[in-house]
Amino acid sequence: MSRARAILGIFLLFLFLFALFGERPLAANQAYYYDILINIGINIILAVSLNLVNGYTGQFSLGHAGFMAVGAYAAGSWSEHLSPGMVNFLAGSNGVLTFVLKPFPFLQALPGMFADNLALVIATIFGGLLAALAGLAVGIPSLRLRGDYLAIVTLGFGEIIRTVILNIDFLGAARGMSVTGRYTNMFWTFGIAAVAIYIVLGLVNSTYGRGFLTVRDDEVAAEAMGINTTKYKVIAFVVGAFFAGTAGSLFAHYTGFLTPEGFNFFKSVDVVVMVILGGMGSTTGVILAAILLTILPELLRGLAHTDFVPAFQKALEGVIPIHLPPLQGLLENRLILYSLLLIIMMLTRPQGLFGDIAGSRKRVASSPSK
Amino acid sequence: MAQVILFLQQLLNGLSLGSIYALIALGYTMVYGVLRFINFAHGDVYMLGAYAGFAITNVIYTIIPLDQYSAISRHTFIPIFVCTAIVMLGAMIFCAILGMSIERIAYRPLRDRPRLTVLITAIGVSLFLQNMTQFFVGAQPQAFKQLIPVRAIEGLGDLTVLSSQAAIIISTIVLMVFLRLVVMKTKIGLAMRALSVNPTACSLMGVNNGLVISFTFALGSALAAAAGILVAMDSPSINPLMGNLQGIKAFVAAVLGGIGNINGAVVGGLIIGVLETLVVGYSNELTTLFPPLHYLFPEGVSQFRDAISFAVLIIILLFKPTGIFGRVEREKV
Repeated sequence: MSRARAILGIFLLFLFLFALFGERPLAANQAYYYDILINIGINIILAVSLNLVNGYTGQFSLGHAGFMAVGAYAAGSWSEHLSPGMVNFLAGSNGVLTFVLKPFPFLQALPGMFADNLALVIATIFGGLLAALAGLAVGIPSLRLRGDYLAIVTLGFGEIIRTVILNIDFLGAARGMSVTGRYTNMFWTFGIAAVAIYIVLGLVNSTYGRGFLTVRDDEVAAEAMGINTTKYKVIAFVVGAFFAGTAGSLFAHYTGFLTPEGFNFFKSVDVVVMVILGGMGSTTGVILAAILLTILPELLRGLAHTDFVPAFQKALEGVIPIHLPPLQGLLENRLILYSLLLIIMMLTRPQGLFGDIAGSRKRVASSPSK
Repeated sequence: MAQVILFLQQLLNGLSLGSIYALIALGYTMVYGVLRFINFAHGDVYMLGAYAGFAITNVIYTIIPLDQYSAISRHTFIPIFVCTAIVMLGAMIFCAILGMSIERIAYRPLRDRPRLTVLITAIGVSLFLQNMTQFFVGAQPQAFKQLIPVRAIEGLGDLTVLSSQAAIIISTIVLMVFLRLVVMKTKIGLAMRALSVNPTACSLMGVNNGLVISFTFALGSALAAAAGILVAMDSPSINPLMGNLQGIKAFVAAVLGGIGNINGAVVGGLIIGVLETLVVGYSNELTTLFPPLHYLFPEGVSQFRDAISFAVLIIILLFKPTGIFGRVEREKV
């Protein structure tokens, strides 16, 4: 568990720093970096939770964006419709907390200060729970399937979730839903990321972890040993869905606007690429991959708008007599990068960049939990 | 009587839609038969088939302006037929080569790796093809120029049969017969069937497995290209993402029929096509039958057209994972 503690320690340090400096900035260039940092946090939660399902338990799921959508819409509508009354009940001028704190005048400012944070946490837990429920509903039937079939069925469920949201008027349907309370800040994003990492590593380094790994390594043998494989698969799936839901909630409260299109198959692919690049079953690798793959498209986008690209294109068109569309498109489309990464990784290093260094199968298998 | 005509009309529309699914499903099922993996990129081969046809049609239009033939008559039948055949054959050859190259570059080096590795590669190839197409031709839909004038065939009473629908159904039948002959009557067809039973024994009997697999990819991709052009005849708007949904629906068709089984893919495709059309056509009746649907989705269940095939997939996999004609495969340890 020492590695888990180390990772967690680094995160808590970040958390502390961000809590100090992490107010949403107003200046445009600062807001851009803030945006990237928040996205890194959200992607870490998504990737670490998917890694529990795809990496440690070996159940290849392609529907993570579906659970993120459930969490985002649940948390968003909670904030829109239910939360104001509830926060008022707890922390309003006549609220429970205010009443309780009445004898302590120096603490009276506290509820007001934390009203937004309270609203975010409650909404996030609600979103996570609903996503976990969706995970349970999807997982129990589909986890009987294996390999490619499971991948397709989870993809199907992801698309069904999206189609259903697209047709529910209450959730804004195709118009999208706006979330007024943009509460997400650095503290909670990385705080929840730290919780996700802690819980995933804790699970993996426990009896459950042994269960997950046996299911991945040899399902038939695991069943023969009397292990309830379905139970472990469902647990991994539900925990994964829960954190996908919390990531969705953070996303909803950050962007303030949700559309069903934002949670399509390609969003799931984003997360899958992070898990595969980092190395299935390596939490450290997956975190690094999430950071890398959030920054890389931004860097490439920056590169696309330098003078170098048109010059290069001119030179290229001088050599080959074909008129190419603007090469910026090649750099700006992250899916081209991702698809090449998937193919090249599978051909050359299927265990992922960090698959052999930390948290890989061998290390986990040979170091029992302390 | 009007009800019967309406039903027949829906059935016919469903069959022409289902033929397309069947043609694509054949590629999935044949590749699964020989390699035991889902070729995720197959839907994109279908999309590229449509684009290849689009390019060839444009070339033909610049040489012979087909616009002047506004009706199918004795004088125009032959040029229209010949042009359609040229477009179709060209796209099929292009996709056959494409399919073989995909197999050679991306899948062959992974022959002995876990199936999951190949699946991930296939997803990568699919995304790559989509996005490169998007890069080269743009994301906006393109209008496929009409190969045959689309109009109702006369003399069928109240039933409306479009010439494009007739073309789809006839071409599909021709291609199926051709495929049947290839698989059942030729030596390479025999090798394909042998490979799907036992690859090791097959290669011990002197079959060049690599060649047979390449051929299977070529055949499947050519059928997908044909499907791409037939679709464009009926709804002449093509875009780089058109293969995603069609591909998945066709995959569902293949699973429904029993993946690895050629007849199954055809039956599955037709069932999915008909089911989809019927649900959309009778969405009002469905909501009257199940009133709760109405409260949940006031706009009607026809919105769920695309989710139907997923629902079918989930139901089959839960209750009969081997599909209609599939064989049970035992897992050996």
